[in-house]
Amino acid sequence: MSTPPRVVKARPVYLDLPRIRQPIPAITSILHRISGAILFVVGVPALLWGVQASLASPEAYDAFRAFMARPLVKLVSLGLLWALFHHLLAGLRHLFMDVHVGLDLGPARQTATAATIAAVLLTLVVAIRIW
Amino acid sequence: MVSATQRKHLVGAHYGLADWLAQRLTAVLMILYTLLVLGIVLWHGGLDHATWRALFDDNVFRVATFLFMVSLAYHAWVGMRNIAMDYVKPIAIRLSLQTAFIALLIAYLGWTIGVLWG
Repeated sequence: MSTPPRVVKARPVYLDLPRIRQPIPAITSILHRISGAILFVVGVPALLWGVQASLASPEAYDAFRAFMARPLVKLVSLGLLWALFHHLLAGLRHLFMDVHVGLDLGPARQTATAATIAAVLLTLVVAIRIW
Repeated sequence: MVSATQRKHLVGAHYGLADWLAQRLTAVLMILYTLLVLGIVLWHGGLDHATWRALFDDNVFRVATFLFMVSLAYHAWVGMRNIAMDYVKPIAIRLSLQTAFIALLIAYLGWTIGVLWG
């Protein structure tokens, strides 16, 4: 059996990442990864520490609340909360796509935009509430 | 002749479909747990130390929390391993990173047990 000659087209190689304008689903996707990694490295130990510190005693509970009220701690918490919101919403989008909801290009772009913006909006709502 | 099995990458995923499914199942479990905790807090109309402490003294909630952390560990392992497989090409560094991920996740689980039953 003869194999047909492989035609190699001279395709433009253009992989200067910062100069490629990524489509919105790609941005949502990379933020899903980044937010997941943030939750793994910072979010989980912060959560474990918080639960441990707040459970110890009524005094420790009050001390924990006072700690959480510091502006810098609030700011970091909001960052982690954004990571959680984005990861949760982008993940839900994946679950729907797995059951073939929103797979077409149009809806896929719309849900990617919605998830990304909603995560920021939810974080802003919490930010306004705690300040 | 090297068979497909022999060519398997040492630090590859090996179980693509099973991990893909596990990633989804653990995600759903974590969402359910999060809704449960949100529901409990809303039910109590906020939190104080006594309510918070009583919640963690309840064995059903302890087991649910532990299952949440086991789900999280598996979920994070699949995700972090995928990140390592996509961006870290030298096998020695990738393997070291993946080992560090596993060590960290086991530490998280140990910490969880300490918080829940310590």
